[in-house]
Amino acid sequence: MANGAPIISSNEGVAAALAKSLGAAVLDTVEAYGEISFTVDRKKLPAVMEKLRDKHEYQQLVEIAGVDYPERPERFEVCYHLLSLTKNHRIRVKVTTNEDTPVPTVTHIWEVAGWLEREVFDLYGVLFDGNADLRRILTDYGFQGHPFRKDFPLTGYVEMRYSEEAKRVVYEPVKLAQDFRSFDFMSPWEGADYILPGDEKSDEKSGDGDDKGAKS
Amino acid sequence: MADYLDEMDHLADEADPTVGDLEIQNYTINFGPQHPAAHGVLRLVMELDGEIVERLDPHVGLLHRGTEKLIEHKTYLQALPYFDRLDYCSPLAMEHSYVLAIEKLLDLEVPLRGQYLRVLFAELTRICNHMLNIGAHVMDVGAMTPNIWVFEIREQCLEFFERASGARMHSAWFRPGGVHQDVPLKLLTDMADWLDEFPTLFEDAMSLVIDNRIFKQRNVDIATVSKEDAVRWGFSGPMIRGSGIAWDLRKSQPYDVYDRMEFDVPVGTRGDCYDRFMVRVEEVRQSARIMRQCLNDMPEGPVSSSDRKVVPPKRGEMKQSMEALIHHFKLYTEGFHVPAGEVYVATESPKGEFGVYLVSDGSNKPYRCKIRPTAFSHLQAMDFMSKGHMLSDATAILGAMDIVFGECDR
Repeated sequence: MANGAPIISSNEGVAAALAKSLGAAVLDTVEAYGEISFTVDRKKLPAVMEKLRDKHEYQQLVEIAGVDYPERPERFEVCYHLLSLTKNHRIRVKVTTNEDTPVPTVTHIWEVAGWLEREVFDLYGVLFDGNADLRRILTDYGFQGHPFRKDFPLTGYVEMRYSEEAKRVVYEPVKLAQDFRSFDFMSPWEGADYILPGDEKSDEKSGDGDDKGAKS
Repeated sequence: MADYLDEMDHLADEADPTVGDLEIQNYTINFGPQHPAAHGVLRLVMELDGEIVERLDPHVGLLHRGTEKLIEHKTYLQALPYFDRLDYCSPLAMEHSYVLAIEKLLDLEVPLRGQYLRVLFAELTRICNHMLNIGAHVMDVGAMTPNIWVFEIREQCLEFFERASGARMHSAWFRPGGVHQDVPLKLLTDMADWLDEFPTLFEDAMSLVIDNRIFKQRNVDIATVSKEDAVRWGFSGPMIRGSGIAWDLRKSQPYDVYDRMEFDVPVGTRGDCYDRFMVRVEEVRQSARIMRQCLNDMPEGPVSSSDRKVVPPKRGEMKQSMEALIHHFKLYTEGFHVPAGEVYVATESPKGEFGVYLVSDGSNKPYRCKIRPTAFSHLQAMDFMSKGHMLSDATAILGAMDIVFGECDR
């Protein structure tokens, strides 16, 4: 490998062997950038994890990451990163879910999952069925909403200050002195999928290619 | 206490069973969020039976800044300085995971000198971080002097960072494709001199601590963690090595030029706070050993990739070449595009496995950048580690965990 990224044991045959062993629970197997990820059936997640830990020596649950894809029917992906200390290998197990469907917990398999699941719940609002302690963890006490969803604004909805009159900390709606500006810096003739400033009235003109949004 | 209770039991009267009963109520206290031994803004809700910790609930997130969300709104290069601000005690180690993740997605090769410089400074960061932790741990259990001595060493480390990058702490010096700029030769020779000097002061400071009776009383057999527990709770770094598992990502999953380095992985035997402390002490010596090898073997040559679609050209080049000027402009406005895909890259930061799960959608900004903090799994285990120990042991346990809240809360 040309890049300096950490070298793990060879992936050769691992994906196929694991997929065979896990059977019908595996919905999809992807091997890219030297990493193997399985998308598994949400309901069979605990059984899969138990099997991976006990039969395939993936002893450690390193991380649970939530990812939000709002355009998908099941918008959330929950990615479990497993590490085998004996085989010196890593794999990723994914399940998909939406706002209402809970994912079965894996706290009975790895205790460390407790906080990791709390974090995904806090930031994405993914529910974990069976996690006895599903409180918020990173956000403030009494926080509302799930800030890492793609539809949650970067600035948030409330801001906090100490009020001299009330003698306590008060929450108020966010007031920005200047509009929040998000630059994507994409080159306008390659990536931009919005109407360029000054192009708003260019409907009559044709052949621009950039104002797809304006025409539809 | 137990004898006392037994004695009281005999005093109980058949007719009136509550006479002589001793009723002890557990009480709950807050440890932190503003407490010098909490190593930052940690709030521990402790349920105490007298002075014995019955239950402990760490409340984290008081330093949550939404780093991962901010990164989604920045280009890959703009997101880099956020990593310095995660674990502000070992900034370069945080950058290391991130730049390696980007390079893995881009499949970008870093010139050898760049890789050596990275390993050199990653190890300097390790020394720098351990100086803070060793000092703080010792001070948490009551010793003052060693902390002040090792802070002197930390200060010298920070001077090296400043000479390399211009900043004492938030260096932003590792860049995708290499490092930002080369170091002067004088810095490397000074570093070699320093590697001969600092062990004297370090060993002096440690001689005050290692065999100290009070220090041992406060640390030996406190919060022992078995190998099985260490694995199940997702421990990494000095925490898992303290429990006797020789697991070091630099050794088992080498990145950059770690596979060329010769060093030993220290392990503990009992898995208590003292072992974790001693693992760190030995790691400082091993880091110095790695740094010496880096200085001896470092080749001449470029320090960053010559791929102009990722690494900006030098100033001098820009004055001469139109092409270079265009590349510079594009890189500092649009930034570089990273092919779609996802990678998880973990490196051995001074505190343990620090991972970055980077999801790219092919644009110039990360779609998702999940940071795997080391502290999360360690702090979560605080409850079972402290159970049955005294309140004052909680500070020793916390000190031996080496937690920094910038990284824990992100």
